[in-house]
Amino acid sequence: MIRFILLQNRQGKTRLAKYYVPLEDSEKHKVEYEVHRLVVNRDPKFTNFVEFRTHKIIYRRYAGLFFSMCVDITDNELAYLECIHLFVEILDHFFSNVCELDLVFNYHKVYLILDEFILAGELQETSKKAIIERMGELEKQE
Amino acid sequence: MNPFSSGTRLRDMIRAIRACKTAAEERAVVRKECAAIRAAISENDQDYRHRNLAKLMFIHMLGYPTHFGQMECLKLIASAGFPEKRIGYLGLMLLLDERQEVLMLVTNSLKQDLNHSNQYIVGLALCALGNICSAEMARDLAPEVERLLQTRDPNIRKKAALCSIRIIRKVPDLAENFMGPAASLLKEKHHGVLIAGVQLCTDLCKASTDALEYLRKNCTEGLVRILRDVSNSPYAPEYDIAGITDPFLHIRALRLMRMLGQGDADSSEYMNDILAQVATKTESNKNAGNAILYECVETIMGIEATSGLRVLAINILGRFLSNRDNNIRYVALNMLMKAVTVDFQAVQRHRTTILECVKDSDASIRKRALELVFLLVNDNNVKSLTKELIDYLEVSDQDFKGDLTAKICSIVEKFSQEKLWYIDQMFKVLSLAGNYVKDDVWHALIVMISNAPDLQGYSVRSLYKAFQTSNEQESLVRVTVWCIGEYGEMLVNNVGVLEMEEPMTVTESDAVDVVEVALKRHSSDIKTRAMSLVALLKISSRFPPTSERIREIVMQHKENVELELQQRSIEFNSIIQRHQNIKSSLVERMPVLDESTYIGKRVGSSQATLPADKSSRPTSGSPGASLKLPNGVAKPPPAPLVDLLDLSSDDVPAPTSSATDFLHDLLGGDLMSPSSSGTDILMDLLSIGSPSAPTDVSIRNTISSNQGNAGEPKTAPASVMDLLDGLPSNSSLPGDKNPIYPSITAFESSTLKVTFSFTKQPGKPQNTMIQATFTNLSSNTYTDFIFQAAVPKFIQLRLDPASSSTLPASGNGTITQMLSVTNSQHGQKALAMRLRIVYKVNDQDKMEQGQINNFPPGL
Repeated sequence: MIRFILLQNRQGKTRLAKYYVPLEDSEKHKVEYEVHRLVVNRDPKFTNFVEFRTHKIIYRRYAGLFFSMCVDITDNELAYLECIHLFVEILDHFFSNVCELDLVFNYHKVYLILDEFILAGELQETSKKAIIERMGELEKQE
Repeated sequence: MNPFSSGTRLRDMIRAIRACKTAAEERAVVRKECAAIRAAISENDQDYRHRNLAKLMFIHMLGYPTHFGQMECLKLIASAGFPEKRIGYLGLMLLLDERQEVLMLVTNSLKQDLNHSNQYIVGLALCALGNICSAEMARDLAPEVERLLQTRDPNIRKKAALCSIRIIRKVPDLAENFMGPAASLLKEKHHGVLIAGVQLCTDLCKASTDALEYLRKNCTEGLVRILRDVSNSPYAPEYDIAGITDPFLHIRALRLMRMLGQGDADSSEYMNDILAQVATKTESNKNAGNAILYECVETIMGIEATSGLRVLAINILGRFLSNRDNNIRYVALNMLMKAVTVDFQAVQRHRTTILECVKDSDASIRKRALELVFLLVNDNNVKSLTKELIDYLEVSDQDFKGDLTAKICSIVEKFSQEKLWYIDQMFKVLSLAGNYVKDDVWHALIVMISNAPDLQGYSVRSLYKAFQTSNEQESLVRVTVWCIGEYGEMLVNNVGVLEMEEPMTVTESDAVDVVEVALKRHSSDIKTRAMSLVALLKISSRFPPTSERIREIVMQHKENVELELQQRSIEFNSIIQRHQNIKSSLVERMPVLDESTYIGKRVGSSQATLPADKSSRPTSGSPGASLKLPNGVAKPPPAPLVDLLDLSSDDVPAPTSSATDFLHDLLGGDLMSPSSSGTDILMDLLSIGSPSAPTDVSIRNTISSNQGNAGEPKTAPASVMDLLDGLPSNSSLPGDKNPIYPSITAFESSTLKVTFSFTKQPGKPQNTMIQATFTNLSSNTYTDFIFQAAVPKFIQLRLDPASSSTLPASGNGTITQMLSVTNSQHGQKALAMRLRIVYKVNDQDKMEQGQINNFPPGL
């Protein structure tokens, strides 16, 4: 199960934070700070998996953003790596060559995409095409 | 109006915030915006509500408190239009979580939205429910979600399935309701629904064993088919990742298979083929393929797979291990830890590769590899492995040294078979990383050295050498200082030199030098200094010529700021100066420390040299066990005097035969019944009224002149009684006959009377023969008469057969039965007995019971 997803830049600013477990606001800030510190200092040659408290973090760096997912200890790390990559591809497709600024100004859309992709901490849809289509339908409803 | 497309205020706000150069500026902008929003909220502004909430969400993401916006979310959710609802639910998920009570207010809106005609709105509601519902909400809305599992729209179905997962996690009792729908979800064609269904089944299995059984019976076949279809499917551009169709579905299906097949041979057999196919067919040059292979290997390890399949899995792991990609190697190490329990030998083959991984530059890999190495250690490879690890300890990073040291120490402790090897390895570790060694580890080392007299000389010499090179390691210094203090003379006089040692000469003053250095270093802490002072005192006793020098060194700490050091310094100085005569006995060689307290279980060790007594009391028949008495010398089996001192113990040691004789001598007469080996000595001491037939005539002469007729054996007990005046003595005259005890009426009711009469045998004060007489007081004859008795634990009872089982009426006849009672706490506790009598009268069963408390004392 995914416990939370974080998108952070090199400076530590959180561009997206989605929690699937309940945490107080102060705890959330603490978590974001710790994860950033863990992830930003790691050499790119090292593994993409770090142990964090009693769970583990799967992370990957895309340009200036770190995409981190915190999962249970027993989960398949390589699968979540693929999951992160799929999410990035979807964002890329939706925003046409996405950059950090797109994510800042359109955060609500990013959340919507995420909610179509992952629900209750589990994968919801594995087809990029299906998700993009769905987003299109939702936009039409506006 | 789309609140985002025009985006004037929202976009402007974001721009304004981004334009701020300092944190203070940003705070000012945010404060202004919050004020505006709060004003709008209090005015109940409809038009800009969604825009305000969007701004509030952004502000929340920046980290500012936004509680005042929570009710806005609720109002937006309650509105009619899709855009408002959308932003409302988004705000809900962002600003609230399940622990807040405000969430309960949403339940009603959620219920309505779940029943809405607009599919998108239903989707919104399911999404919100699935992400943040609490347990109560889950319970309330579960029926709606169940219904939605059957709708036609695949989007709703998949969302409902994932929502159900959350419901089950929050309220596991509801799992049964979802079993049926979950199973039918597995027949879907749509990948999204399929993957959600598989995930739902996995969670059901975790939540309830009934569900697991159900799914195992009904869905194993379907699951295998799913995996087969997706594995064999042709190119599907929509789901393709790196040439594999929907690897996520592969992985989820494999995981569910693992749950269903675990511990169940039938379903595991069913899965064998498809697992073999996936394991061999999947390409492993891309991450997606490797992810599938990883899950496949995990599944093979988890179910009851054939050995061929297991070999296949281990081979895959071997390939992973030599992959250049760090991720793959990490994953392989992880898996190998689980594989160790399954197939130890196969993992051993990869030992060298794993050892290489311990030295890798990546911290995650190093940690995993070290844990795996620890699992692989056995008696055969422990020496080479330890050597490798210690070699690496020299060059490893600081942060890793702690872990590595701890692991090496536990390996050495667990697997050491010879003391020499253990001591050597520990010295090496101390020299390289003494500062990371925990206290109990070097304590154990000292205990070990003190238990190995032949190695003490070697130890102290090696430590002396090590000190010269690595004296910055605190633990090494402490152990060295202690050993030099204890075994200094072995160091100087080259006692107990082993073959491989190089010759070296150490003078007395060299030894003192070492301890002086330890004492005076800046980096020594108080404990080390305190230990050094004690060591100096010991040395001054062992090497008298150095006393004066030592005294001067010790005196230097007379005014030390630390109270402990100051005290030691002054006291030791006084001992050296004035109390020469007791000095040597004060600092004698320390007693052999009790290893069992310090050292844990040894694996496969044949170390019989470890004195393994847990108690200091000798067990019967093991005269070799040594007693740890304060003056440090192992004693032979204790004199019976020791036993005499054990009066207060309930745990009675079995006296050896020498003890018995001595006791006989002391107390006169055969006061101990030979049958009871657990006799408490105290009891014998107070053994009153015992008829005695003393065997040793001579002994009586040692007893005081209270003796009357020396020839009469029976006076011996009398003299005992006189000696121990004041103790209750209720025996009658020690005559030739055995003392008589009055008969008692043990039990009397309107229908039955039981009397007991007592006899004791000479020489057996604990044994009493009781004759029970039963008399029928009623006018009916009793048949099938059975007498039963119960006694407390310290008494043993034996019933002889009764004279008959028919008791004539009105006392016209009696039944007698002999009982034999042995009171192991004779003299301390009186007899007590409960009786139960069953008989038939007029074809009716009757039962009578009672307790007997009126036994004559002294029985």
